[in-house]
Amino acid sequence: MSERAAKVTQADEEAQDDDQITDSAAPDAAQEVDAESETTPAPVTSGAEAVVRALENAGVEHAFGVQGGAIMPVYDALYDSEIYHVTMAHEQGAAHAADAYGIVSGKPGICLATSGPGATNLVTGLADADMDSDPMVALTGQVPTDLVGNDAFQETDTTGVTTPVTKDNAFSSDSDTVGSDVSEAFALAGEGRPGPTLVDLPKDVTNGETDREPDAPSVPETYEVQERADEEIVAAAAERIENSNRPAMLLGGGVIKGEASEACRKFAIEHEIPVITTMPGIGAFPEDHELSLEMAGMHGTGYANMAITHCDTLIGIGTRFDDRLTGGIETFAPDAELIHVDIDPAEISKNIHADYPLIGDAATVVEQLVEAVDESPEATKWRAQCQQWKSDYSMAYDAPEDEPLQPEFVVEALDEATDDDTIVTTGVGQHQMWACQYWTYTEPRTWVSSHGLGTMGYGLPAAIGARIAADDDQDVVCFDGDGSFLMTLQGLSVAVRENLDITVAVLNNEYIGMVRQWQDAFFEGRHSASDYHWMPEFDKLAEAFGAAGFRIDDYDEVADTIEEALSYDGPSVIDVHIDPEANVFPMVPSGGDNGQFALTEDQL
Amino acid sequence: MKRGLEGPPPEDRPTPTGRRNKQGIRIDPEVEATHEPRRTVISALVAHEPGVLSDVSGLFSRRQFNIESLTVGPTKDEDRARITVVVEEPDPGIDQIKKQLRKLVPVISVRELEPDAMQRELALIKVDADDPAQVSAVADMYDATTVDSSPETATFEITGARQKIEAAIDTFGQFGIREISRTGTTALARGTEETAAAVNATESTATEANHDETYQTANDD
Repeated sequence: MSERAAKVTQADEEAQDDDQITDSAAPDAAQEVDAESETTPAPVTSGAEAVVRALENAGVEHAFGVQGGAIMPVYDALYDSEIYHVTMAHEQGAAHAADAYGIVSGKPGICLATSGPGATNLVTGLADADMDSDPMVALTGQVPTDLVGNDAFQETDTTGVTTPVTKDNAFSSDSDTVGSDVSEAFALAGEGRPGPTLVDLPKDVTNGETDREPDAPSVPETYEVQERADEEIVAAAAERIENSNRPAMLLGGGVIKGEASEACRKFAIEHEIPVITTMPGIGAFPEDHELSLEMAGMHGTGYANMAITHCDTLIGIGTRFDDRLTGGIETFAPDAELIHVDIDPAEISKNIHADYPLIGDAATVVEQLVEAVDESPEATKWRAQCQQWKSDYSMAYDAPEDEPLQPEFVVEALDEATDDDTIVTTGVGQHQMWACQYWTYTEPRTWVSSHGLGTMGYGLPAAIGARIAADDDQDVVCFDGDGSFLMTLQGLSVAVRENLDITVAVLNNEYIGMVRQWQDAFFEGRHSASDYHWMPEFDKLAEAFGAAGFRIDDYDEVADTIEEALSYDGPSVIDVHIDPEANVFPMVPSGGDNGQFALTEDQL
Repeated sequence: MKRGLEGPPPEDRPTPTGRRNKQGIRIDPEVEATHEPRRTVISALVAHEPGVLSDVSGLFSRRQFNIESLTVGPTKDEDRARITVVVEEPDPGIDQIKKQLRKLVPVISVRELEPDAMQRELALIKVDADDPAQVSAVADMYDATTVDSSPETATFEITGARQKIEAAIDTFGQFGIREISRTGTTALARGTEETAAAVNATESTATEANHDETYQTANDD
């Protein structure tokens, strides 16, 4: 890309015009400096400064990472920057925090790690972001160029290791272009279908002298994104919708990422089309609306699974038809013609054949559909049927006072005690499913979870990233399982140091519960390695970290303890001892028929 | 007996009549439609930079695409390289390969070649030369060039379509083959047609998003 390197940037020209060289030390302490009063930053002198300048130019305000030998020059440059760096306790936490920051803010989250073990510790977080198409940039230190390939101390082939789990990655080999490499990675992370990008930064490249200002963030010429769908197919899809009798919308994570939630709501409500979401699509449509059937799939609601199985026209927007959603392909929406809206052409007909492929940006294409659909479908009977299913397969549960605490009750109690814009993060497992099913989501970017990869341990570091990205008046609640929480709880030290107001509710059943549920259903109850009766007391552990610790064993403690934990200004952990036998229903076994979901264990 | 939810059990629920096949295509429940794998050549124009080949080969192994050969070489433009891949997949798999390749950032364009495209392969075949006259007669038959000979062995270079090379190897087999090295297929489109022209991405994705290009509204029952 020598062409790009030769370009003189806008910033560069301005710097030359300005003969007054300003001191780069702390400008105005105020959060937002008026553009006009902003001082021209000092010219860069090293590769590391170019890296940090690229981030500043991209509008980055926060970064998450862990120091180390090979990344030190970049950290040294960060020392003088306005970018607020959150030192994490583990690089995996840095990656998840950056991922959650990206989900909540809509802008790529930044994480940093050193070479070797630092970089490999990011891999899980990168894979997670890659599966969920979350915008994120990872900057990894690397051993000096002349040592690369020698099995040097803390050397790992980071680009090699991360290629399968990133949208794109790059190895920087030149101090003059390293800043532009970072700009490009930032642009790629957010443009089109978002995803994680990585730039590997050898120490001699970041230490090297350069006065080259980084280019503005832009994607390479070979990367093209289609914004608008083919008008002809839009027209045919519109006609199909108008003539359908059993339409359903399926909103995926792409609706939230593409800021299409508003357009989808307008379209669904105007034409009275029932709405189903995927798990990453939670929050795209208000779950308290009559048209909402909530989430479909393995642990989706009975009514969503009935509707998706029986619809004749399925409008899938920003969804990739993951196997957890579809169950067995042969029985997925078998009577439906599929209208598939996606920005990534490779998702069209990958899993489910699209009869009407609409490639483009979700918000743009939904607006095209709004324009093209003149008449609402004649679907009165269908809507009545969906309402009937809603009552037939209601998610109501029993919570007898004389039995152990049911997890659904705890989720609902926390939901009631917090505002609509509260952000929920989770680990992975039964607690995550209860958090999906029993919390009523109404806004996009309030559900932060690990969907495609299913990363246990995601919850706490994600709560840290979400808290930093969220508005000050938003609550952040993390539902975790005992198994998940144990995987990344070193992040509590970070939450305490930064005094982050987050509330962690550990739904503790002393099992790795989802596995235990499967063992009971499919392995004759042989609890191999799923029994977690050796758990520490999480409330005391929280206090050891300097956080507030609470414990709930019974129904009558729930409301007051939640109140106390929420009002604590800082991180609090509630160790909620729930019924260890509680299971997640409905359930579609892997590869099963969505319409045949089990409501009880004996139906599996 | 652990808790569950109330509601009609699976056997009391209506079931739809339709079905899909393994590729997610709706089918007549009475007639199972499967796609047979076919062999085809895909040509990709890529940025000539380190790591592209491993990106491409990694993609193939990661996504379990059935690949027969992969060759790479420079083009007339020093910033571009051409990767030629021979694959054997059913139609939906071939579509998916093209789309996934296009998605890689360093990939400029991807095209599936027509069956009549020029396809060539080069092989080096080292055989026992106990009977030099017979060996060179076979070599002549296949237009093979002698590149090395010793009292015990003869090595031939042979280029051509895959079938020709297979046939030559078969025939040389009678003398005893010591070693073989083959390049895999490289290919170009015929005439003025460009092999992997950088088509407008939107055009190609829209037309290739599905292999049946009918967007007729189905009649509702």
